[in-house]
Amino acid sequence: MSQENIYKPYLMRIERISEEAPFVKTFRLKFVNEEDEKNFSYRTGQFGEYSVMGEGESTFCIASSPTQKGYIECTFRQAGKVTSALYRRDVGDIIGFRGPYGNIFPIEEWKGKNLLFIAGGIALPPMRSVIWNCLDLRENYKNVTIVYGAKTVADLVYKEELREWDHRPDVKLITTVDPGGETPDWKGKIGFVPTVLSQEVTSSENTIAIVCGPPIMIKFTMPVLEKLGFADENIFTTLENRMKCGFGKCGRCNVGKVFVCKDGPVFTLKQLKELPGEY
Amino acid sequence: MNIENKLLKQSSLEKLILKLKEEGKQVFAPVKKNDIVDFSEIASLQEMTEDYIVTVQSAKAVAFPKVETLFDFQISKSNVAITEKDTQSLPEVVLLGARPCDAAAFEALNAIFTWDNLNDHFFVQKLKKTTIIGFSCSKADDKCFCTSVNGNPGSTRGSDILLTKIDNGNYLAEIITEKGQDLAAKYADLFEAAPEVDKNKYLADVPVQFELKAILDNISGAFDHPLWVKQSLRCISCGACAYVCPTCACFDIQDINNGSEGHRKRSWDSCGFGLFTIHTSGHNPREVQSQRWRQRVMHKFAYMPERQQVVGCVGCGRCSRSCPADMNLKEHLINLAKEVAK
Amino acid sequence: MDSVKKKAKELLENQSVNLIIGYGEGSDKSVRTIFISTADEVDQLIYDERCVQNLAFYLMKHEVKHMGKLGIIAPLPVMRTILQIASECQIKEENVVVLGVNPKGELVECNGFKDIESYVAACDLDLPAKEKEIIAKLDAMTVQERWTFWTNELSRCIKCYACRAACPMCYCTRCQVECNNPQWITVEATPMGNLEWHFMRAMHLTGRCVNCGECGRACPLNIPVNLLTYKTVMTVKEQFDVVSGTLANMDSVLSSYKIDDKENFIR
Repeated sequence: MSQENIYKPYLMRIERISEEAPFVKTFRLKFVNEEDEKNFSYRTGQFGEYSVMGEGESTFCIASSPTQKGYIECTFRQAGKVTSALYRRDVGDIIGFRGPYGNIFPIEEWKGKNLLFIAGGIALPPMRSVIWNCLDLRENYKNVTIVYGAKTVADLVYKEELREWDHRPDVKLITTVDPGGETPDWKGKIGFVPTVLSQEVTSSENTIAIVCGPPIMIKFTMPVLEKLGFADENIFTTLENRMKCGFGKCGRCNVGKVFVCKDGPVFTLKQLKELPGEY
Repeated sequence: MNIENKLLKQSSLEKLILKLKEEGKQVFAPVKKNDIVDFSEIASLQEMTEDYIVTVQSAKAVAFPKVETLFDFQISKSNVAITEKDTQSLPEVVLLGARPCDAAAFEALNAIFTWDNLNDHFFVQKLKKTTIIGFSCSKADDKCFCTSVNGNPGSTRGSDILLTKIDNGNYLAEIITEKGQDLAAKYADLFEAAPEVDKNKYLADVPVQFELKAILDNISGAFDHPLWVKQSLRCISCGACAYVCPTCACFDIQDINNGSEGHRKRSWDSCGFGLFTIHTSGHNPREVQSQRWRQRVMHKFAYMPERQQVVGCVGCGRCSRSCPADMNLKEHLINLAKEVAK
Repeated sequence: MDSVKKKAKELLENQSVNLIIGYGEGSDKSVRTIFISTADEVDQLIYDERCVQNLAFYLMKHEVKHMGKLGIIAPLPVMRTILQIASECQIKEENVVVLGVNPKGELVECNGFKDIESYVAACDLDLPAKEKEIIAKLDAMTVQERWTFWTNELSRCIKCYACRAACPMCYCTRCQVECNNPQWITVEATPMGNLEWHFMRAMHLTGRCVNCGECGRACPLNIPVNLLTYKTVMTVKEQFDVVSGTLANMDSVLSSYKIDDKENFIR
């Protein structure tokens, strides 16, 4: 990226497209210019502005881990103008990427602790980066538990990764679908994420909880965690807000004095509770 | 830097403008057209009017224009290319007739566009190429409140040279910054020895209307105060206030698509618009006008002071003058100062 | 104004309304909209030749709507707006109490829309003289001259959308310019884009504009955008013999079809 023009994106070539779920795709992107790749680095939790020239920009997290070299990945659902244009791209097409922006998951501070990842539906992408980052540094952490649920089996994203995590002896994976969302050969749990969480997790001792999901899931998950005794500063989540610039100048994404693009998107529950009710 | 005083005669100012034009500089000054006074490019001093308290629109467009092309792109079957304009070859601009409030406003804009050492080079380069020759205010109206927000009608803050009209149509010229010094030195024959005058005699009287400290100290705790609904009931969310405001910098980024080529552009936006914060899902954190009114005032008087150490308002009163619903910011701030101090 | 104030006091005292929208003194001898909810605030209500703002806008503003049963001071333009928005099913007769006001400031009793219709029918609905004169001048120009006039005026537009916000007929929750899929009207303020915006707005107001003039008054740059919609009012009268804002149940001029329409190409 030019030192000067902060609005100018990197050019990225789509190397791989995976169809995760209906209307949800993952792109694997490589830098068109080697120089750009050499100078680029990011940390888990950060996001970028992905664009199709002529259509506009859209904000997604970087869904791959910094430990995975040579590419970055993003996962998105077709929802509006830009995501529809992205959805129509083919392998080999060039799109734009600006970033990395935002703050990070403080995985250094989590060393020696148990990690509890809780995600719902399309909110697994921001978590995927931090899960892989931690798994690639597995010796730093004690028990790793992942609780992930979606509306239906078809809506579960990263199905390959879920299989991989399921087979790892050093990870406890619990997948669930909403009642009515199961298929005849579904072997996972059936129930809403907060319910399954309260059944499967019994302790908050020396544990960090990382939660990402639709607002309704968060609403019912937080009480479960609080009941288990999690302190507010040990629960991490990510916030989303409408963004344009991604770096605190366009005045759009602030919640009170906090800018989601600069002070977030990663927040602890303690920080969230201090925010005014405007998100 | 010490401010140096000089005398600039009316005839010398005329000559100065002509010389600047000869050099190829663009000179913008208040011009009366269509019954309003707004900044426009001039070829000679005669085109400038002095019949204004402040211009309708602010001068922010010299560094933050209403539309800015961020880059151009060309699209072919297998390739995308990005081309940028050269900001080094921008024209030199002289902004003549900016009021002290207008000049001070650039400090607030600069705080946003260079926040956290991330520089918007469009803004920074354009401001670098701009020399501000401000004009003190000899009159004010009841919408002005610069003195309540750390300003005053003869303030030198933000100007490179400040002119105060004294007797016989001549000006006291205060040379404030290095840029100002360079200009005065280049045309040293036009700037004569300082006159013996009391500048204050020629300035408007703008009484302080509210205690800024009361607002700055207490506003962060007023998020859930009922006054926001009351104050904004008559607001029609038209956006005019943000567009004419010299410190408002909220913007939108849009792509213009012409098939095989196009541009990405940045244009003015307003937090007062209903869809400013709407998510694709339809969820809107600021769904009703009272929330947007609160955002406008708190951004200027709570968030900017805390995050960027600058108050986001210079008291020019343009918003109040352009408001079709007579919102009158000064009145609201007086009310706010009283309410939050309780 | 006394008869109006008396009625307003009555309505608030017997709680027939929770809020009355009216005119009050504003900054520097101007007038502003006031919202009164108690009988002792009634004395703040004024009415004189300065009171031109179209109060009907507030009948559809979210926070105002939810303050309960509304009363509104209604000079002619406000009355016409109420009839027009009633025609467009945006307001119900039982949800608003109209305190009609004639140019002398006297109360016009309006018990329901029928009363408003009778009052409006007896009024002169012609355009204001000043605007009529300018439109006549524009009509006398050649097409090229008129095009030049409008491109010059509209190139000054900064797309602040104050005209749209001030217009009570522009109540669409998602305006055409806010649709990005496809992007009908370009976002940035360019000369051609500005023309597109204003012409599109004038077309969307054809058969609906009630000549309140708010759009022109709201423009911070004094662009006479109201002339565009005024002209559509004149054209609709000529071609359809219909005037908007006169009946509470009027078919939309441009989108109603009847068997006995004089145009027979559609049969």
